[in-house]
Amino acid sequence: MIKGIKGHRNHPLWYAYALHRVSGLALVLFLPLHFYVLSLALTQPQRLDAFLHWTEIPAVKFAEMGLVFLLSVHLLGGIRLLVLELLPWSPRQKTWAAVAAGGALFVSGAFLLNAV
Amino acid sequence: MANTNDTMTVKVWRGDKNGGAYQQFVVPRQDNQTVLDVVSWIQQNQDPNLSYRFACRVGMCGSCAMMVNGTPRWTCRTHVNKVLDANTLVVAPLRNLPPIKDLVADMDPFFDKWIDAGGHHDPSASRYDAMPQIAPDDAQRAVANESIECINCAVCYAACDTVAHNENYLGPAALQRAWTLYNDEKVNDTDAVLAAVSGKGGCHNCHSQGSCSLYCPNELNPMRAIAGLKAATIKHQLKRGR
Repeated sequence: MIKGIKGHRNHPLWYAYALHRVSGLALVLFLPLHFYVLSLALTQPQRLDAFLHWTEIPAVKFAEMGLVFLLSVHLLGGIRLLVLELLPWSPRQKTWAAVAAGGALFVSGAFLLNAV
Repeated sequence: MANTNDTMTVKVWRGDKNGGAYQQFVVPRQDNQTVLDVVSWIQQNQDPNLSYRFACRVGMCGSCAMMVNGTPRWTCRTHVNKVLDANTLVVAPLRNLPPIKDLVADMDPFFDKWIDAGGHHDPSASRYDAMPQIAPDDAQRAVANESIECINCAVCYAACDTVAHNENYLGPAALQRAWTLYNDEKVNDTDAVLAAVSGKGGCHNCHSQGSCSLYCPNELNPMRAIAGLKAATIKHQLKRGR
């Protein structure tokens, strides 16, 4: 497992928890910015156009892949938690956590391939 | 004594509730040696002042749990071979509990929460009533049986980050006990069990990190029990709303 992580945390389900928490916090920071940019469509259309032009830069597209990953990993991780807590118990919890992370990587990778 | 292959370095936390530091010892290695053997060797040969707690030495009493290289373990059944890291053992009192002295943690908060979670028997019948007949293969009894081997060692409590960040959180062991009671036909008022575990500090604080289930020395699954409580409290609330 990962060197330097405290012993009691060094296991897949703790990583799944950490990823869910970090992605949630990152989305909290992203969403107000997102809504502000959308509001420019009503208030300052020229500035919105300039901003949309800026988002064509490949580096920004790459950063957008990160956003799509955060969104999909938080969505799939949230579904995983609902299944864990509300449906009959499955012993494959580590597998489901890996499926959520892998699914999010797939979705964000597909987004990047589509964008470039 | 030089640190050769025949010896290992053992860092033992010494202190009390006001703080402390690690003290280093060099301890002889043996083929079959538990962490508790190491701590006992230090107390008997190096420093008779070292305080630690144990009783049965065979994994039944649940009194010898300590942090070993950052992970909570029952030290009487943890072999040094399995946990030695770079020929070093780091031994500390259980996490999430106030230290009393050296390796002895104050278990009061752990047992207080056991009571707060409704962890006592509230019988559904008196001694004058007939004993309820419960088949051993009854589905509900099977669920109750899953967690009855808890030895109250507090390894799960020390492994849990939710306990570390929320002083009101009842913790895996107490909630698992409540889940057993909820599934026990001989318990009088299972609604009271749900009420005790659904308030502030109750089962819904759990983040399903799963450290409790990973480190439980008796291989019980408190995370599954807490998930059961979450579903049961939600179902109960929905039924009441109708």
